[in-house]
Amino acid sequence: MSAGSIVARRNTLARALLYAVLAVFAILYLMPLYVMLVTSFKPLEEIHQGNMLALPEEWTFAPWREAWGSACIGLECSGVHGYFFNSIRIVVPAVLISGLLGAFNGYVLTKWRFRGHKVVFGLILFSCFIPFQIVLLPMARVLGILHIANSTTGLVLVHIVYGIGFTTLFFRNFYESFPDELVRAAKLDGAGFFTIFFRILLPASIPIIVVTIIWQFTNVWNDFLFGVSFTSGDSAPITVALNNLVNSSTGVKAYNVNMAAAMVAAVPTLIVYILAGKYFLRGLMSGSVKG
Amino acid sequence: MSTPPSSRGIGERLQHWLPRLVLSPSFVLVLFFVYGFILWSTWISFSNSGMLPDYTWAGTRQWSRLWSSWTWGIALHNIWVFGLLYIVSCTVLGLLLAILLDQRIRAEGTLRTIYLYPMALSFIVTGTAWQWFLNPGLGLERTMHSLGWESFSFNWLIDANMAIYTVVIAAVWQATGFIMAMFLAGLRGIDGEMIKAAQIDGAPTWKIYGRIIIPQLRPVFLSAIVVLAHLAIKSFDLIVAMTGGGPGNATAVPATFMYSYAFSRNEMGIASASAVFMLAVIAALIIPYLYSELREPRS
Repeated sequence: MSAGSIVARRNTLARALLYAVLAVFAILYLMPLYVMLVTSFKPLEEIHQGNMLALPEEWTFAPWREAWGSACIGLECSGVHGYFFNSIRIVVPAVLISGLLGAFNGYVLTKWRFRGHKVVFGLILFSCFIPFQIVLLPMARVLGILHIANSTTGLVLVHIVYGIGFTTLFFRNFYESFPDELVRAAKLDGAGFFTIFFRILLPASIPIIVVTIIWQFTNVWNDFLFGVSFTSGDSAPITVALNNLVNSSTGVKAYNVNMAAAMVAAVPTLIVYILAGKYFLRGLMSGSVKG
Repeated sequence: MSTPPSSRGIGERLQHWLPRLVLSPSFVLVLFFVYGFILWSTWISFSNSGMLPDYTWAGTRQWSRLWSSWTWGIALHNIWVFGLLYIVSCTVLGLLLAILLDQRIRAEGTLRTIYLYPMALSFIVTGTAWQWFLNPGLGLERTMHSLGWESFSFNWLIDANMAIYTVVIAAVWQATGFIMAMFLAGLRGIDGEMIKAAQIDGAPTWKIYGRIIIPQLRPVFLSAIVVLAHLAIKSFDLIVAMTGGGPGNATAVPATFMYSYAFSRNEMGIASASAVFMLAVIAALIIPYLYSELREPRS
């Protein structure tokens, strides 16, 4: 009996330790977000006093107002709101069109296979993994030729093209496990290509549609490389504006405004993550674990 | 499907070609914007191109200029240091967190959400936050001073020898939760019978993990390393946001090198050569991995 209780006691101790370690990690992970938030609500004098961990003595929304509406980015002093809307203008069409193309591709590559379908899929899939540096220079030229350089339209095209790989991967893996019998029965009944897609597969695809939208939304919203390479000034997305705001060397650094602007850039993807974390994780995993 | 084409009506023939027709726009886009561009960049890397493309063959001139560049040497050294530390730290921490979370923890869902949220953030946001957090004048250092630890000093961000490690810290913070989630999924998929048998034999917990559980996670290790290596080579945003490649060139990596030669120095030839090199490294890593993943027979 005594042996059992010793083990039990050791276990309680071990479990307390376990929870302590997990809690310490949780604090470490939350710290940067916490510091960002409290800094964004402090007046600048309070920041210069030190202790970034302290809560604001005097809460102020002024940094947020300034970040949104009047902070200077380059020569323009109207905050990040215009760039925020640029990002929305880029994200919405890019996500919808690349998602739709991916859904069709996944459908064809699983239910209407033709000779060479594996090679086609392999070629599309590899495009997910290329370092985008390899396409920057030719893309800059093509956008120039198409007269959509330095525009949100240009970035929409870029994000569609380089989003197809992932959206095709998602839908293809999802439809791979969709029962062939249903499709075959519908074909025997004389249902055509589109009828089968819209009537049978699409209604069953809600989970993968959510995964795809979240994945593409996060990727396109968080993109910086394409934004900084192909746009400048007014047509830049929020990430580029944030970087220009934070890393411009002129004047006194308004850390509180910088943090508020960073929060503005972070909030949309954070909301998506909090509301649909499960689907977010599924997108991450299927992008890495199984081809 | 097996009817010869001649006996089919036009509608049937359309049905036959329709799937390929639907796939073709995407395929054409990928062929042009991915493979066409790769060929174009490769050609440029063997040409005389400077500010404008010049398609005359110049042999390996740009490549030898690349390899004799001092900054490129720094960039390669940095990506090696960064990549190694990033991959090892994320894998070790991710596995540790996954094992700890796999002990029937009460608040597992909440903790998982906390560990994973940085993955939803843009690297620019992460970089901005950590740049502020590690700011030698006002950030962590000052905070420690004001809490009474006067001798505390942490100025890695502006120290040319240490700045790359601050990027490692931020990058690890961002990706560990994701690697943890991969390992957690792997742990949940392990067959419990062998573990139970070992427990009955009285094997200590650490031995069960070391001998039975971790060896079974081999495929997860492989995926994690491939994903992390791929993220590391592409790292650009975080470095731009945190250090801008500085101080000086101290935190230059191939991605920032390529960008500065392409868009600030107008040296298309060298920029393309560096991009082709990056692609070659990633391809050597990804193609065998994709091949092994796709080749497996499906049930």
